[in-house]
Amino acid sequence: MIYLYSLGVFTAVVVLLTIFLLLAEKFLADYGICEVSINSGERIFEIDGGGTLLSALSENEIFIPSACGGKGSCGYCKVSVLSGAGQVLPTETPYLTRKEIRSNVRLACQVKVKEKLDLHIPEELLNVKLYKSEVRLIRDLTYDIKEVCFSLLEPTEINFHPGQYVQVLAPGPDGDVFRAYSISSPVQVTDSVELNVRLVPGGIASTYIHNLKVGDPVTFTGPFGEWRLSEDPQSELICVGGGVGMAPMKSLIYSIYHRWPERTCWFFFGCRGTDDIFYLDEFKQLQTKHPNFHLYYALSDIKPGQVWDGEKGFIHLAVDKHVKTGSKRQAFLCGPPLMIEAVTAVLHEKGLNDADIFYDKFD
Amino acid sequence: MSDIHPLIILLAAMLTNNILLSNFLGLCSFLACGKQLDTAVGLGIAVVFVTVCTTVINYLVYHSLLIPLGIEHLQFIVFIAVIAAFVQLVEMIVERFSPSLYYHLGIFLPLITVNCAILGASLFMIIRDYSFWQSAGWGLGAGLGWALAICLIAGIQQRLRFSSVPKPLAGLAITMIVTGLMALAFMGFTGMAKIQ
Repeated sequence: MIYLYSLGVFTAVVVLLTIFLLLAEKFLADYGICEVSINSGERIFEIDGGGTLLSALSENEIFIPSACGGKGSCGYCKVSVLSGAGQVLPTETPYLTRKEIRSNVRLACQVKVKEKLDLHIPEELLNVKLYKSEVRLIRDLTYDIKEVCFSLLEPTEINFHPGQYVQVLAPGPDGDVFRAYSISSPVQVTDSVELNVRLVPGGIASTYIHNLKVGDPVTFTGPFGEWRLSEDPQSELICVGGGVGMAPMKSLIYSIYHRWPERTCWFFFGCRGTDDIFYLDEFKQLQTKHPNFHLYYALSDIKPGQVWDGEKGFIHLAVDKHVKTGSKRQAFLCGPPLMIEAVTAVLHEKGLNDADIFYDKFD
Repeated sequence: MSDIHPLIILLAAMLTNNILLSNFLGLCSFLACGKQLDTAVGLGIAVVFVTVCTTVINYLVYHSLLIPLGIEHLQFIVFIAVIAAFVQLVEMIVERFSPSLYYHLGIFLPLITVNCAILGASLFMIIRDYSFWQSAGWGLGAGLGWALAICLIAGIQQRLRFSSVPKPLAGLAITMIVTGLMALAFMGFTGMAKIQ
């Protein structure tokens, strides 16, 4: 009996306190309607105060990248808040550089809308839309990487720069999550989006995508990303990818050869064994059409029984061997952090500046 | 139940039996936030509010719910729940009406929840078997006493900034020593008022 009393009393006390707090919140956290103005009045909307800026923006169909879903642990949702946000909170400081703090950059998921806000959001992010699509094709590239292609249903067209990424909405056990995947289709294809997805053991989004079937509906936002390809046809390209770091490279390479068939491009792809190789035949075919396309696959971990007569060892060694110093060049890297660091060091030796090296690290 | 006047208990809780300086409860936020007078005043007011409200509510809950049902063993968990709820309330009020204080208190505002002085005040009330008004006086006194102590240390620390403290003693060490000296000074009041 005493246990029942104990449980009952404790539950009752907690429930009463919760009701009391909810009522208090209703009155105290009521900030009325607040106005949010973007890029000095280019776009203005009104929202009920009290919530976070990130949710206010997404309710108004402005999609700021965010991988953690507003927990303040990814640091992606940076926006410039020119007025109305108060001081930088201790939860934000680990993700902001001193320069960013000086120029009023804040994490949208930590800023609460309490008064009129004045924001600056880069033009590209205003282009970000929520796409509804369905799976047109899904196939195995290797034992753990799949190629998925989504046909766009609404809106029906996407415009992006090569190397940009989308965030796929995946249902998870604790609510929906967004995960970023680079677009692997070229920019001239505007009615669909293709991704390369590696199955991460226990990964929410990769498991979801690997289990999709043709015709399944998929929602994603995009495009995001700051890779900018030089429009100068004389500028040469160095693309280095590892594993699923293939995706943005495929997009870049097919995009440039569609527009500039004579442009020079080196493509280095690193993986472990012969069973990790994919898209090799497609690229070899491309090479026969475009003599200025140089293709190198390098294997770092050839297992007994596998036959390979191409480059061996880590990919930065292949870059070191084949890239010469000189001429106007841009480099695009995508792969694991160690690969990026090693390749960046090699590229610095070859005379490239940080401004011409774009990279995307993933763990 | 003793029949000391609630006002005597209030004064005693503030001066002769200061919860911080004689029991050393609530030291963590005392040491962390006792650097600037305005922050200390803000935190002090918040603690006074939470202590008074929670002592009174805990008194009612204990005597009209826990004792009649014979479940006094729940006192800790229920008291903590009440305190946690009140701290949430205070957090909302401060965030709404004083954003700069909210910013300065930072993590120490929600951490009032685990300020031992507040739970201590409720538990002493039970141990000393106070009546309702005595409990109210005790709660207010304990809160005010804590606030007084943190304001004093903040005032002292602001002055200490301009004095040359020997290097090994700078920072937390000198704060501890000063707190000890303050406690000694407050000990001079001991015995002037009965609280039990």
